[in-house]
Amino acid sequence: MIGVVDLVVSYDRARSNAVDGVSFAVPRGQLTALAGPNGSGKSSIVRALLRRADIIGGTVTIDNRDVSTLSYSELARMVAVVPQREEAAFPSRVREYVALGRYPHLGLWRAPAKDDDRAVDEALVQAGVEDLAGRNTDELSGGEWQRVRIARALAQKTPALVLDEPTTFLDVAHEMAIFELLSSLARSGLAVLLVSHQLNLVARFAHTIVLLDAGKVATSGTAAEVMNAERLESIYRWPVVITRDPAIGAPALVPLRRPLNL
Amino acid sequence: MAAVAYGAVSVSLAAVFEALRGHGDPTAIAIVRDLRLPRVVLGALVGAGLGASGAALQGSLRNPLAEPYLLGVSGGAAVGAVVAFAFGVSSNALITLAAFVGGIAAVFVALAVSRVGGRSTRGDMRTLLIAGVIVGAFANAAIMVALARAEPNTVRGALWWMMGSAADATWERVTWLAASILLAGGALVYWAREIDVLSLGEDTAASLGVDSERSGRRVFLLAALLAAATVSAAGLIGFIGLVVPHIARRLGLRAHRPLIVAAALVGATLVVAADLAARTVAPPTELPLGAITALLGVPFFLVQLRRTA
Repeated sequence: MIGVVDLVVSYDRARSNAVDGVSFAVPRGQLTALAGPNGSGKSSIVRALLRRADIIGGTVTIDNRDVSTLSYSELARMVAVVPQREEAAFPSRVREYVALGRYPHLGLWRAPAKDDDRAVDEALVQAGVEDLAGRNTDELSGGEWQRVRIARALAQKTPALVLDEPTTFLDVAHEMAIFELLSSLARSGLAVLLVSHQLNLVARFAHTIVLLDAGKVATSGTAAEVMNAERLESIYRWPVVITRDPAIGAPALVPLRRPLNL
Repeated sequence: MAAVAYGAVSVSLAAVFEALRGHGDPTAIAIVRDLRLPRVVLGALVGAGLGASGAALQGSLRNPLAEPYLLGVSGGAAVGAVVAFAFGVSSNALITLAAFVGGIAAVFVALAVSRVGGRSTRGDMRTLLIAGVIVGAFANAAIMVALARAEPNTVRGALWWMMGSAADATWERVTWLAASILLAGGALVYWAREIDVLSLGEDTAASLGVDSERSGRRVFLLAALLAAATVSAAGLIGFIGLVVPHIARRLGLRAHRPLIVAAALVGATLVVAADLAARTVAPPTELPLGAITALLGVPFFLVQLRRTA
């Protein structure tokens, strides 16, 4: 499980802390969502988890081990991250790409063993991209590419998985498919942390939602607890109403129209 | 072998083998052993160094148009050499050393500039590339100023050097270049898997357990070292570092360990071939080697640019 306790992250020239005393937990077997407006600190938390941002205060732990005491490769054997952006300049076969997820286990020189091949095969199947294994990464659609990236993360065989906005630019079907995939990965026992703007989908799929505002936790809990019109209005500074999703009755957010004061 | 045999004076292949074993006509022995062979070996080493350097850089910068000379190495090395010429230094060894020091100095300036220019202390590879280009441009300006005040002989020497040539090959130079290429090239091959991971982008590299900042700088430095060594040995030989990695990738290689090795071999072959052309197209005049490789490289560059656009 991932534990974030009183985390403070700050960038060199920023006036205020990007993350300012945030605490939450991502238990195994659950899908936990991190939501909030742009600039509320979501990506900074992911960066802190990867040790790519300076942790000024507090701790981030994975299975009770402080990430700042882990080496980079130890960390990569404990948590797999699918970052928001990734431009691969040189296309390669999907299988070779997914196999790069074994790097934290192989290091610079060890040749892939049977276990490594099996991990790659399993990851391809789990993410539902085994049919794409022989394709080139530059021939994939947006949805396929995201699933292949998730497969690469799964090949790392870590107990925790973090995804930063994995459904940006995807259409409804592909977006739903990714959420279903993440949900089933959580059920299989992974601790899954999902950074997402899609409050309505998050409300349907996540066990817990952590809603950030200006680097602090504004509210957290189940969808029913978090999806409160007044609170969301004050966080997003936009008028909203909460309705019920007609299919399963989950709370759903509807932003209202309002003329811009130009 | 063909490259050893042909030149302003042709030596038959049989005579080449004779000469290598120390038999036959003394003139042929001298031409083969002291002129041609070191020259061919030097050309091969220069090509190997530039090819390996380019392959590593394109991968770690995720930029198919990256090449070693963009790092400011060439400009810095040229400044070093021209400064040496301007002070009337005529010793080959000293000019080589000056070029090497200039090239490495330029890289460190680029590293420093990228730290200032970056958003934070964790400057990314792109900032590094831009810093290299800027340092290179500054170096070129410095060369112009230096040459404007120089004597005609100095200008000629400096120009010839900037056009690139394997003509001044000596066994001493070959040995020292071979050592640097084995060292820096070997290190790149050693860390090649990190380059595979780096080529996925900094965030992804970090998620796979590679400290992208440290690892990126290491590749940058090693690639620059290779380039500086080749530039100091044979002047500026353009476009090999850009073109050769693409040829190696066409061979179906993706992982950087075989890719870097293949790029070294292809680079060696190309430079030896280009040097052969430089010597034999219009004998006894020698065409500048750097110009020949650039004549081949520019059209390729444009085609590549169209494809990525």
